[in-house]
Amino acid sequence: MSDHRAEHADAWGEAAADRPASAHEPDRPAPAAAAVTPADAADAARLVAFGLQPKLLPARDAEYAELLRRYREDPAFARLADAVATGLGLIVLEVSPRAGMAVTAGEDSVFAVRMGDYARRASSDSADRFLHGLAHLAVAAMAFPRPEDLADDAYIGRITVNGVDAFVRQACNRLEERAEEQGDNTDPASDAPGLEAGWRVYARRSATGATKDARRLAGSTTGIIGKAVAFLTDSGFLQRTGDDAGGTYRTTARYQLQVRDMAGSAAMAELLDLGVVPVTDGSATLLPPPDPDDLELVADAGLPFHG
Amino acid sequence: MTSPAYTDNAAPQLSAGPRPAPGPAADEGLSRRLRALACTAPLHDLDVRKANLAGEYSGYAMAEVALAAIDHVTLNMDFDTGADHDQIVTRLLPRVAAQAPSRPAAEHERVARWVLENLINVGSVDRGFRAVYGTFGPDGAYVRRDYDFKLIEEVPGHGGSVYLRATDEAVNVLVGALDTDVTSAQIAAEVKLEVLISRGRLADAQLAAEQARYRTVQYAETLRKTLDATRRNVRAVDWLNAVPDMIAEALDHVADRYRHENAILTNIRKARDEAEDPEHKRRAAELVDIVKDCIRRHTQLQSRLLEAGPLFRAEQDRQAFAAPAARTGLDLYGQLLGPLLPLPVEEASRATDAFFAHGTGLRTPVSVRVGDLVDLLLSPPPAREHLGAEMPEPDLIATPDDSRFSEEQLAAAMELLDLEHDAPRRLSGLLADARRRDPDLPYLVALLAVHAASPPVGTAYRQGERRLLFSVDDGTPLDDAEFGGADLIVGTALLDAVGMAADRSEAP
Repeated sequence: MSDHRAEHADAWGEAAADRPASAHEPDRPAPAAAAVTPADAADAARLVAFGLQPKLLPARDAEYAELLRRYREDPAFARLADAVATGLGLIVLEVSPRAGMAVTAGEDSVFAVRMGDYARRASSDSADRFLHGLAHLAVAAMAFPRPEDLADDAYIGRITVNGVDAFVRQACNRLEERAEEQGDNTDPASDAPGLEAGWRVYARRSATGATKDARRLAGSTTGIIGKAVAFLTDSGFLQRTGDDAGGTYRTTARYQLQVRDMAGSAAMAELLDLGVVPVTDGSATLLPPPDPDDLELVADAGLPFHG
Repeated sequence: MTSPAYTDNAAPQLSAGPRPAPGPAADEGLSRRLRALACTAPLHDLDVRKANLAGEYSGYAMAEVALAAIDHVTLNMDFDTGADHDQIVTRLLPRVAAQAPSRPAAEHERVARWVLENLINVGSVDRGFRAVYGTFGPDGAYVRRDYDFKLIEEVPGHGGSVYLRATDEAVNVLVGALDTDVTSAQIAAEVKLEVLISRGRLADAQLAAEQARYRTVQYAETLRKTLDATRRNVRAVDWLNAVPDMIAEALDHVADRYRHENAILTNIRKARDEAEDPEHKRRAAELVDIVKDCIRRHTQLQSRLLEAGPLFRAEQDRQAFAAPAARTGLDLYGQLLGPLLPLPVEEASRATDAFFAHGTGLRTPVSVRVGDLVDLLLSPPPAREHLGAEMPEPDLIATPDDSRFSEEQLAAAMELLDLEHDAPRRLSGLLADARRRDPDLPYLVALLAVHAASPPVGTAYRQGERRLLFSVDDGTPLDDAEFGGADLIVGTALLDAVGMAADRSEAP
């Protein structure tokens, strides 16, 4: 975990000027002037460029690892790299050997992902837009089922596409049952589709569907979740580990940072803005589902248990 | 579920005088019936729309095919899987073919597929149906509402396959008992069946038995959903009271039904065996199959019920007894996903949009160079491997021939033992003959003779052999330098090949 961002977020301007010339780096020749050289700027930009390749691991690339070391040991270089990132519209989440130069796109950056580019239907259909966003949230919720998992740097989450779908569906069914118990009529008014409850939109979308070419039906919920995990895999946030249950994935350090520092708080802010103040007692509300393929029961499973 | 009487609503109604609608509570029954009615609409719709199909399809009763399809899907729903598309189409074909025997088989299949796809409603993105109905709100305002439902839904199976399941709506429409309690309806069906059988009305009895089976399937489905939820999160299910009560009740129910249906089975078997009318006999036989299937399903339900407790304890171990948390972070489900789902889509979208915008990471914009593009477009597509890797040539090693006797020796021994059926010989004589030909041959002859003491009669019978070598010990000791024991009488028995063949063809 790095504190570099806080340390010199506002101080990079006077960068190398007031730094005692490489006092703690005797192995490097002291620069002729304390000013930033074009070579330093090139290195800093190169580090940011590495950060823009989220699937690249520092352990696999000697140059990347060397630049990371320099970032962590040379505050002036760190400020320079941060400045390059900021100028490109990037936010530095963490710089460490495990996550590399973890940068993410600022809101209006050219690197930002827009919903319209992500899924064509999402820009025209509010239900599709909601489902795509919900899929990403559900993937994160299943990947980090407990608050402790999100806080623990060493935690690696594991998810399956079918598992995510089954869980959200279950949550929707519970809401449906609750609404029925209360005698609510949840069928939305025909002329106000925006007032339909979120769970209802998910519940009435089919989970899967046969297609002519044996691919997942794009509009089904497993199709939408499959798209989300494939996209997150491309973002270097998930790694595919198998094909069971619609595809199994595990999380990377970058995903944890992204969810913890960026996405979770942003969505939370919106929710608070809507006047929804979720209160929990700190205990877990969701636990990861077991492998759905693992239907074998424990030994002695056939014995009566209530007698 | 039956709705209780709404006494508190009755009072203001009396004083308010005539009103356009008696309020939401009384309206509920109406909207429930409207929904039930809506579930049948897709079936009627099939017969209406068949006129629009290119070709002569008016001879097919589409609603009948559709109901049969829902029947087949429902009966194939077990705990883990449903039916697959092709299986259902195959089972529908005889019925479709019977409706229009003169039409080609390809058309029959097209019709079956068309009906199944329309029940799934493949054309819509939800793969479901929507009906619009109106209700009066609490303030007396008339509101139109959308009712979304599915009849057959597609669920993911193992290994990426897609299975079909009949939804609750479909099962309810099918059995025609809308909005009823599963348990009581089953008891009613059983009682009806018993009465019908005692009066000998088997046609009705078959209908009742099939209804009982649908109820059993529905019951099993409820349990399956509860167990799935437990695997996901033990806290999602009330294991303190509700589930143990349900399991105890269901076990009682299974025991009760098992006794009941075995009694029915005995009765119908009797009816089947005593019935004179071949039509009655056939129906009774069908009924036996149905009741047997019911019993099989009850047994399956019972084994699942017995597994529920250990499953709960294992999940409790896995999920609840983990190390306590050192520090807390954001609870993504409890604080975000959970509160977000009940919100209207319009509001919930704001939070999901924010999560999406900040949670997807970054994409580096693509810039295309014309030179690369030309190369890319002009390069031929890579040849696809159709045949897979080449099979390696198997390296075969000849096994050394370690037989004790050679083929010639065996032939010589068989020649010696090829005796006339009316002239059996002593083993001592055969050994002496063999010894003159080859010093090793007596061993083989002795071996064959000992084997013949227990001749392979069964094999000879099955293969229709005409002769069989046998040997009998009459108590004479063998006087030989190399061998000891009894001086066996070796002979050949003639077998009645024709009679055996006739026997074989009669046997099952």
